[in-house]
Amino acid sequence: MRHHSILRAVTKFFLPYILLFALYTQFHGDYGPGGGFQAGVIFAAAIILYGLIFTPKLARRVVPYRAVYIFMALGILLYAGVGIATILLGGNYLDYNALNHHHPVHGQHLGILLVELGVGITVAAVVICIYYAFADRLES
Amino acid sequence: MIAEHPVIQVLIPLLGAPLCVLAARGVFAYWVALACSLASLFVATRLLTSVMATGPIVYELGGWAAPWGIEYRIGPLNSFVLLLVALLGALVMLAAKKSVDSEIPRERRHFFYAAMMLCQTGLLGITITGDAFNVFVFLEIAALSSYILIAMGHQRRALYASYQYLIMGTIGSTFILISIGLLYQMTGTLNMADLAARLPAVGDTRTVLISFAFFMVGVSLKMALFPLHMWLPNAYTYAPSAVSAFLAATATKVAVYVMIRFLFSIYGPAFAFEKIDVSQILGALALVGIVLMSAAAIFQTNVKRLLAYSSVAQIGYIVLGISFANVNGLTGGIVHLFNHGLMKGGLFLTVAAVVYRVGSSDLNAFRGLGRSMPITMFLFVLGGLGMIGVPLTVGFISKWYLILAAIETGHWLAVALVLLSSLLAVIYVWRVVEFAYFQPRDRSSDPVGEAPLSMLVPTAILVLATIVFGVSTEWTVGVARAAAVFLLGGHS
Repeated sequence: MRHHSILRAVTKFFLPYILLFALYTQFHGDYGPGGGFQAGVIFAAAIILYGLIFTPKLARRVVPYRAVYIFMALGILLYAGVGIATILLGGNYLDYNALNHHHPVHGQHLGILLVELGVGITVAAVVICIYYAFADRLES
Repeated sequence: MIAEHPVIQVLIPLLGAPLCVLAARGVFAYWVALACSLASLFVATRLLTSVMATGPIVYELGGWAAPWGIEYRIGPLNSFVLLLVALLGALVMLAAKKSVDSEIPRERRHFFYAAMMLCQTGLLGITITGDAFNVFVFLEIAALSSYILIAMGHQRRALYASYQYLIMGTIGSTFILISIGLLYQMTGTLNMADLAARLPAVGDTRTVLISFAFFMVGVSLKMALFPLHMWLPNAYTYAPSAVSAFLAATATKVAVYVMIRFLFSIYGPAFAFEKIDVSQILGALALVGIVLMSAAAIFQTNVKRLLAYSSVAQIGYIVLGISFANVNGLTGGIVHLFNHGLMKGGLFLTVAAVVYRVGSSDLNAFRGLGRSMPITMFLFVLGGLGMIGVPLTVGFISKWYLILAAIETGHWLAVALVLLSSLLAVIYVWRVVEFAYFQPRDRSSDPVGEAPLSMLVPTAILVLATIVFGVSTEWTVGVARAAAVFLLGGHS
């Protein structure tokens, strides 16, 4: 890919917008189409594009394996952690109303936002991890 | 706190999995997994005692009431299965450390324990939930993690075995999903109790019939009912030994539980056994499976594969009990579900100990082990007696109830075939005994010592449990009978 200057330039130009769009899809999921799963895949797509154009080795410098594993686990922990928090606050598991006793609707907002963030983090990490697993096989 | 126990039961291993990944290298992942398994066993015990004392427990996830939200509903049957899964999870995990250290490369161990935790999450979740679609979700969690676990076997053929299981398992879960989808189409609900209430009104439609057909084929694939068992022998043979022990004792049993639950508390006995009469085909397949697979076990040269074929035969016993659809038959089936879990878990753990010391589960590797690993082999013989169904072992209790039910319903052929298969079991257990006690060890091979205590103790607990519950049957049979009565009358 070293000689494809146009691809390299366009990729560099696009990457921040793809990542930004991922975050938009993530946090605007309450109001429009979107949510954690889609956002995670879009975020991972940016990293995968970077890997395709600038070699997987460089992509692994940006997001190393270790980080992928940590985020994979953190996402689930965030999701389950919200559930535990609702139990500790006196509700059932994942009963977001318990997050804000004065304004249950705000509690629902906060709960779904955090849970979707957990989904987004884990999905992004897993999709990147799958890409690395395939890319490693091709390299070796 | 008991009110939150249902969700905590599933949450403990679910949290354990990411913690194992975070723990990364080192032994920390093992201790996380062990702690989670033990905590999960504690919760399962409390749930069972609470259900037996005060009746079913219902838990609404997210605070959404039943037909709309997902509910966990724990009755006598699934608290019994929960205990089996949690007990085997804890005991296998206690025994697993040395075996896993020798079979799994260091850089993959924390992933191995994470997958073990996810597999427990899936199996516990399938068992605990009262929502049909939730069953499918947990089914996939359990299945995907077991493909990973099997693929981690140290021979390359483990990959092929895992792939074979992946194909068959995916067909199985897809069929179950199609069936649930068709049920949803007809009733507009996914909650099991709600489904049971709404299905009779549309029970005559072809959609419901087809959903039943898809479900039966899908779940039969999952529980390896003969002739849909082709994935099982390879999977159990090439998986890491600790995984073989855990999956053989729990995975197919949980699938059997799903069948019981759908047959009796969703479709209902009136639909499944009177309108369609599924008992004919289930009973026939079970009997053919019992005899053919016990016979196939005799010809195996690998002890893990021998035990795997015997597992398929034992699934036949459980299904035979269910096919009678009366209290004694169902009691026998359910109690055998538990008892066989104990026996097979114990037997596979003794094989894990042999693999740890000798490095192979080939029959030839068992030569002379009666002398060099006396305790391990003694435990194997005790477990083997259970497989045969010798009085004072749990195997006898299950067969007793099965034969009672067969006589009650006048199935004399079934009585004869169950007795015949016990004789076949004598032969396949004897083959191992012969190699272990009556054949000398090769002089050229290295001397082997007794298995380490960390493996012997959990194995001994399981094997001794098969004797204890064989002598004092009140508890196991009591819970199983309560479950059977609940399924046949109390519900629907």
